Order: sequence, then structure tokens, then C-alpha cells
Amino acid sequence: MKTLYERPDTLRRCLTHYCAGCGHGIVHRLIAEVVDELGIRGRTVGAAPVGCAVLAHQYLKVDMCEPAHGRTPEVVAAIKRVRPECVVFSYQGDGDLAAIGTAETIHVANRGEPVTVFFVNNAVYGMTGGQMAPTTMLTQRTTTTPTGRDAGYHGHPIRVCELLATLDGPAYIERVTLTNPDRVRQARRAVRKGFLTQIERNGYSLVEFLSPCPTYWRMAPIEAMRFIEDEMTKVYPLGVFRDWEAPGAAKGKTRK
Amino acid sequence: MAQKVLMAGNEAAGEGAVQAGCDAYFGYPITPQNELTAHMARRMPELGRVFIQAESELAAINMVYGASAAGKRAMTSSSSPGISLKQEGISYIAASRLPAVVVNVQRGGPGLGNIGPSQGDYWQATRGGGHGDYRSIVLAPASAQEMFDLTARAFELADRYRMCAIVLADAYLGQMMEPVVIPDEPFPAPPPKPWALTGCEGRPPRLVRSLLLGEGELERHTYALFDTYRQVEREETRWEAMAAEDADVVLVAYGMCARICREAVALGRRQGMRLGLIRPITLWPFPNQALTVAAAGARGVLVVEMSMGQMAQDVRLALEGRRPIALLGRPAFLPEAQEVLECAAALLEARKQ
Repeated sequence: MKTLYERPDTLRRCLTHYCAGCGHGIVHRLIAEVVDELGIRGRTVGAAPVGCAVLAHQYLKVDMCEPAHGRTPEVVAAIKRVRPECVVFSYQGDGDLAAIGTAETIHVANRGEPVTVFFVNNAVYGMTGGQMAPTTMLTQRTTTTPTGRDAGYHGHPIRVCELLATLDGPAYIERVTLTNPDRVRQARRAVRKGFLTQIERNGYSLVEFLSPCPTYWRMAPIEAMRFIEDEMTKVYPLGVFRDWEAPGAAKGKTRK
Repeated sequence: MAQKVLMAGNEAAGEGAVQAGCDAYFGYPITPQNELTAHMARRMPELGRVFIQAESELAAINMVYGASAAGKRAMTSSSSPGISLKQEGISYIAASRLPAVVVNVQRGGPGLGNIGPSQGDYWQATRGGGHGDYRSIVLAPASAQEMFDLTARAFELADRYRMCAIVLADAYLGQMMEPVVIPDEPFPAPPPKPWALTGCEGRPPRLVRSLLLGEGELERHTYALFDTYRQVEREETRWEAMAAEDADVVLVAYGMCARICREAVALGRRQGMRLGLIRPITLWPFPNQALTVAAAGARGVLVVEMSMGQMAQDVRLALEGRRPIALLGRPAFLPEAQEVLECAAALLEARKQ
């Protein structure tokens, strides 16, 4: 008999608090699957964000902390420095990573700290009720952009992968999405590569997930998935933005 | 044979941390504490330990959070404006019950203030400083030797009570060079940390957190924090008394001001004025009992501080109106012994009338 589907050991058997159609559940599962596959559960330490995934520690069966809003990259960078044998990750949303934690995001990447950052971009602040995020797209309506995001008034959406790819520090940066089984499989490969970049190359990695928020996009789940494919990927193109392992790529220097 | 070295207070604090087994130091440049960061930049890598110059004080205190959550001894240092930025992290450290050591080499404030000595962060340090209902242990050195000793001690206290220990110095103490005795005997090893994040191999996963949404959970947590704080009050209150038994005027001062007051006590006694001194070494917990006993037979209490009556409030709370209290507060300048004597004389004169 062949097992086609089972719950990863790293994923706790419980109901989550996430809304219907939310992308966090998929990302949690991908991380859990890869942690199992790489056999690293016993030495993994994660940091949950302030945001919708603040309770991620209830779902992922690894050692975790829950630091202040935006500071998680530096927290896991410090954990990795004092416990290099651990595999560390920070799990962050768009407000956490690209607004309040911009400095931490850039400097951890720039120092090439061997940590893995999972960046869930759903273009909105979910936990606080649907406000504008740094990644909210132009014309997108939120509670703080009631007539739609206006570049002249609210500024432009920030492309995190592209921004970090201007730095010499990062070893691997990829943007993926979760809109269909193929995309999810690609996202899983990115999660795996993210962890392996840390484990095998001692390099910095970031994986950005374009992720649906049907609740605050005021859409049905299926519509939200279509919105990502049709609109969001135009602003945030999928792909690899840095890969030291790619043929012909410039090889950066990992931290000693 | 213990080593005796001439060191600036900032370097002494750094070396105290090194000797006490600090595993990781995280800093950001700010005057007048830069010698401490520079000392750690040299010492930590040569011992195979961690040093990071952070991009901000926020980042530095959160690196402390991370290293401490991973079970290691971690510290940061800064001066007043930078300590304000660290308050967010200190609040999370308090809530998450993480040991941490923070050295504040105070400068003038508010705002950028100046880069000279001040004790204007007394309230910030002793009242918590960040948001929420919590305390930090606050140690007040008065010499380069104590910069060394109390910073080392801060690691023990932080680990024992799983809370933040702040060393509250000032620009004088940081910059001034004095001989420091570095003991030969090793400092005690850190206690076991059965809560640290090390990877969950062979045990259930651990969690370091501060969000407590369950019914009654935050209240229970806060009661537990305050049980610890009461234990600290019982066991860790420290002070130095000088000629306090028969004093007509009890001086209360910490840090550099206490050194001036020692001189004032000696001068006053020579002139027939019976002065005594209580020098709190722990500002929180404050030596209420020692002060009450010393003040019982005195005609008044004179608080001398480089701020405008911040510690005087704690003296008032300790004495509960039983003795008149006068203040000699210089917000950004060290008073001279003569000024202290004049204030003490004025206090005695006022009591006669």
C-alpha cells in the first residue's frame, strides 16, 4: 500500500485560527514537510511574527519564539550565531518584514547571516483588520486606503526580493505563489532550497510567497487565487532573484 | 595573583562581562559608551564569542533577546537616547522571562541632551522603562572597579531571576580611568536553562513568548513576575552606609554623586557637622529599610543627584513623611562637596526655626 497523503510530524494536529482561503496554512504545511524531509526538526528554531501568524508556534512542532514586531530576523540571526548547529527561520508578513522591520530585514540580508526568512506577502495587514501594507498594490482598497492606494499619496508597493537582490549578502532569494498545485510544488522546492542554503552553504535565504487574504481582499477564496495570478504577479513577478548555485552566477562569500 | 589594570570604566564594564562569561555582545555606537563596544569588538572574537555591531539599538536589544532565548549569556550597552530605543526590547525580555544585561552610561537629556554625565534616566531604569507592568534589577556602580564587579554580577542576577539587569552608570564613570582588580578565580557557571531554545531533539518543543491571550493568563503571568520581584527585593537589596548611625543629616546619593558625598561627609565631620551617607548600590530594589533605620535619628535627609529629584521620590516613598527631605539636584553637572555641605547646613538651619 502506498501512502499518498499524511500529516507531517512537524505540523500539529489541530484546527488553526486562520480564515477560510488563507495562504498561511499552505506555507505552514510546506515548511513542516520540508523540515520532516530534511530530518531537522530536532535542531530547528523558528520565530513567529507579529501579525496573523503570531500563533504559528501552536502549529509547528519546533522550538519557537515570538519576538517584537519586525525584529525577528535579528532575533534568529543572534540565535544562529550562538547556536550555529541549529537551523533557524523567521516567518514574517509584509508589515512585519517590509514596514516596521525594514532595517532588520536589510541588515540581516546584507551581513549574509545564515538564516532562512519566509516572507508571506498578502498585500494587507490581516491581524489588525485590513490596513494598507507596504506591499499593497496601487488602487487596492484597504481600511486605510478607502479609495484605493494612490502612489502620489501613499507611495508605491515595495518589491522586497528585488530590493534585497541589490545587496551582495544574500545567497538565495525567490518569489513563489500558492495558486495551483504546480505553484505549490514550486513553493515547496523553494522552501527546501531556502533551508539547504543555510545548512549546506551557510548563506542567507529568503522565500517570498504571494499569498491570498480573501477576508481583507473582500473576495471568495477562488477569486483571491485568480487575483494573485492575474494582478499580483504583474507587480510581483515570480522567479529567482539570487542564486549562488545557478550556473554562471557570481559566487558571494558566506559568513565565516 | 589577581591582576590590577588601569582601565576606563567603560572598558572595565566590558571586561567584567567577558570575565563573567558573556557569550554574545551586541552594540551600536553612541557617546559616551563607545569604549565599551570597542573593547568587546576586540575581546569577544579573540575568545571565539559573538560580537555584532547592530544597525540600531532596536536591533541590538533584539539580538540580546535571541541569544538569551537560545540559552546564552548576552548583553548590550548604550547611553540614554539609545536606551530609550531599547525599551521595547526590554519590555519583551521582561515578559518572556529572559535574562539580559544592559549597561546604560547615562548622558544628559531629554532628547539628544549632551554627552556629559547625568542621572536623568533613573525613573526610566527603576520604573520599568518600557510598556507594561514589570521591573528590571538596577545596579549603580561608583567606580571603575564597580563597573567591572557589578556588570559581572548583573549576569548572575539576570540568570538567577530570569530578568533584565541594568547597570546604570554615567559619562564620568564610563570615561574615567582607575585601577581595576581582575580576580583570578573564575566566576560561577550559568545555571541550567531548561527553557532555552536549542532544538527539540528528545523533548517537547519549547516556546519563548509574551502574547498571553487566554482567559486570565496574563494576570497569572504578571502575578508570577511579581513573586520573583518580591524575592529580588528580599534577597538582593544592596547599599553602602558611611557614618550613618549618628548622623544629623543623612545624605542619599548613588554613582558619582555618592563619591562627592563621601568627601562631603568627611569634610562636614571635620567641621563639626554630623553627616552620614546611604549609597544605594541597587536602585531597584531600593534600600528602603536601611534608609529608614539611618534616618530614624537624623534631623533631615539630603538627596544629591544629577537629575531633578528622581531618586528623591524613592527616598520620599521609603520615609513616608517621617523626616524632612531636601534635594540637591544638578541635571547635568556633578555637584561639589562644598555645595553639599551648604545644602546640609541650610537643612539643619531650617529645622531649627
